[in-house]
Amino acid sequence: MSTAVVTVNRGLFRGLNLRQKTLLIIGSISFLLLAIVISSVFLGGDSLQTNFGSKNLAPSLEHPFGTDWMGRDMFVRTLKGLGLSILVGGLASTISTVLTVILGLLSSAGKTADSFVSWLVDLFLSIPHLLLIILISIGMGGGATGVIIGVALTHWPSLTRIVRAEIKQLKTQEYIQISRNLGKSKWWIATKHILPHLVPQILLGTILMFPHAILHEASVTFLGFGLSPHEPAIGIILSESMRYLSAGYWWLAFFPGLSLLIVVLAFDMIGENLGTLMNPKNAHE
Amino acid sequence: MILNDVNISLGSGEVLGLIGDSGSGKSTLCKILAGYENKYKGKVSVDGKEIPSKGYNPVQLVFQHPEKAVNPKWKMKDILNEGHLISQDILESFGIKNNWLNRWPNELSGGELQRFALARALSPQTRFLIADEITTMVDAITQAQIWNIVLNIVEELNIGVLIVSHDKNLIGRLCHDTIYLKDITN
Amino acid sequence: MGNKAEINPEKELITGLEIIAEEIEKNEALLKVEDLSLSFIQYASGLRQTELKVISNLSIQAYKGEILAVVGSSGSGKSLLAHAILGILPSNAKLEGKIEYDGEELTQERKEEMRGKEIALIPQAITYLDPLMKISNQVIGCVEKKNEGLIKKLQREIFQRYDLKPEVERMLPHELSGGMTRRVLVSTAVISSSKLIIADEPTPGLDEKTLNETLSYFKDMADKGCAVILITHDIEAALKISHKIAVFYAGTVLEVANVEDFKNNGESLRHPYTRALWNALPQNKFQAIKGHQPMQDEVIDGCIYYERCSKKKALCSQGIPQMKKVNGGTVRCNNAS
Repeated sequence: MSTAVVTVNRGLFRGLNLRQKTLLIIGSISFLLLAIVISSVFLGGDSLQTNFGSKNLAPSLEHPFGTDWMGRDMFVRTLKGLGLSILVGGLASTISTVLTVILGLLSSAGKTADSFVSWLVDLFLSIPHLLLIILISIGMGGGATGVIIGVALTHWPSLTRIVRAEIKQLKTQEYIQISRNLGKSKWWIATKHILPHLVPQILLGTILMFPHAILHEASVTFLGFGLSPHEPAIGIILSESMRYLSAGYWWLAFFPGLSLLIVVLAFDMIGENLGTLMNPKNAHE
Repeated sequence: MILNDVNISLGSGEVLGLIGDSGSGKSTLCKILAGYENKYKGKVSVDGKEIPSKGYNPVQLVFQHPEKAVNPKWKMKDILNEGHLISQDILESFGIKNNWLNRWPNELSGGELQRFALARALSPQTRFLIADEITTMVDAITQAQIWNIVLNIVEELNIGVLIVSHDKNLIGRLCHDTIYLKDITN
Repeated sequence: MGNKAEINPEKELITGLEIIAEEIEKNEALLKVEDLSLSFIQYASGLRQTELKVISNLSIQAYKGEILAVVGSSGSGKSLLAHAILGILPSNAKLEGKIEYDGEELTQERKEEMRGKEIALIPQAITYLDPLMKISNQVIGCVEKKNEGLIKKLQREIFQRYDLKPEVERMLPHELSGGMTRRVLVSTAVISSSKLIIADEPTPGLDEKTLNETLSYFKDMADKGCAVILITHDIEAALKISHKIAVFYAGTVLEVANVEDFKNNGESLRHPYTRALWNALPQNKFQAIKGHQPMQDEVIDGCIYYERCSKKKALCSQGIPQMKKVNGGTVRCNNAS
């Protein structure tokens, strides 16, 4: 017998069940992040014009994040920087995920392929991460392309390792052995049986890769190996503002830094909530 | 060593029982016969020819726990028709209702899942069926139901069956002949 | 299912109480489950949640020194009953009705306190043992330092009784054979001097010798005064050692019969389902009745066995039959007398 029921939740999400609650959180955070990206793309260059009449202003209603030494509005600069960071992070983690899926499926193909994949994973994990990004970035000619490729090519190993372990475990399942006995090819089993099990893992892995990618992009840029100085990147903003910190212009670093932290935490929160949603343990709460 | 010098021959349409103590290697033997296990010495052949490692295996094995033999992310109709399109006749004789086909595996009981696993294994290409304790986890009524159906189908399709069970009464009911596997480890 | 169970709650309760009142005169039940209903809250589609009823209006009693077998097919709710008694249901479960242990209501806190001590579970699988902990530590559990020597001695004695060699103490679970694992689990129950033993499907896949050996442990425990609930789908194994057999079907008890009732063609059995179960055994008629146990989300008015019953009457499709006493057992059937 089935009858509809309402779960009682206390506090902010009164009257919502777990699924509604987490979806609401995920939805609103995604909206915030999307808003940042879209506004950064459409925000005009007006406030980014140098205006020496209003340089080094402290935060006010007109300029909530203050202005810099060339009179540019820091709020707009930060927004543009964040937008770029999210785009770079998104592109890089998508490429990483595609690499993960390809390598994961490759590792399920046979013993030789599997040892090749695990050797590749070990190789990449054995080199210091930041160093590797810088090397690839410089090797690729620097700039936006360099950073994106550098970040994309270095974030797949840990997710690949998880996916590979999952595949190993799946391959011992009886239904996969039966499938083989029913005459199905390795490729058929990999895409029809194994892949559907990996989708949640991969989705979660990608979202949790986002903040990493963003932070790495920012730090590489900060160190001067990333995006070029004329791009409105958070890394550039932070490294430039370092020179003005001692002059007491604290807002130049504070607000961009804080915004970067919030964006990173927002992705983490999406990942965490998505994890709750996919966890079979509380699937029905 | 689990098995040593085992010889089994099974004719088309023959129903053979296999009895042995726990740990005597019955399940390993089943896996070898159906090509699941290939670390062994000796030969398994159908009509004098070795079974090809690719393509549909004429020797199909059905396990004790049907819930492990189905992909939990697949709907029942996909699970059923993985090997070939199962005819409506077979579905009806197994008592598989059409509305079960749109359900997920975790919504069905073990007895119901086992019917799907058996229907999937009994295609026209199947020559031999290895049944490794397939009704150990179901109640007596379901057990009788399942075996009635399976025996009818294998007779019709002239399939040879090897039945592994601990239940001597069951083997007595079902089989033309019985072999005993001795535990050689102690 | 169980939709019409509420049709006449007073009557149900009164018959229930009558039965219980009689039992009290005879012997105090150690565990009393009364009118238990269990449902799960699930997502039906998307964000809508529904309630799925898996056990309805179930009552059983377990007595000291007796083995109560709970038999039924998979999906009949027998394992969930064990989980309800032990308090290990998932968080989306909703439990109604009363469970009494030793005359006192068994609340969730009391269940947690007694689990593994007064009340022990003997599971089918070895996965219940901690894979990284030595056997002796798992068997003994946590005891105070000053009692450690004493318990250790007791554990050695018990291991000896169950034919477990001293070196087993230092082994890890994966080093044990299936038979040894079962004996270890039994010793765990014995050493914590549990009074209520719940064995959940302890027998499938065992050869005859091992089966009899395993069953003898339960008999042994009952003889020492424990109440044993043996959950199984194997009616043959249950008959070997039990005193009473409760037959589960689609989340409720259809009949509680005495072991002596299972003989010949099953004429002494009260419910047609029990009779069908008996006649389906390979050593009896190996006869299969048609149909299936209803699915958990199917709504059924009337007797849950209606569709498969050979003796159904018009009355049977209206309201669930009440549990009644017939010939030294209880049955939920309109035709039984």
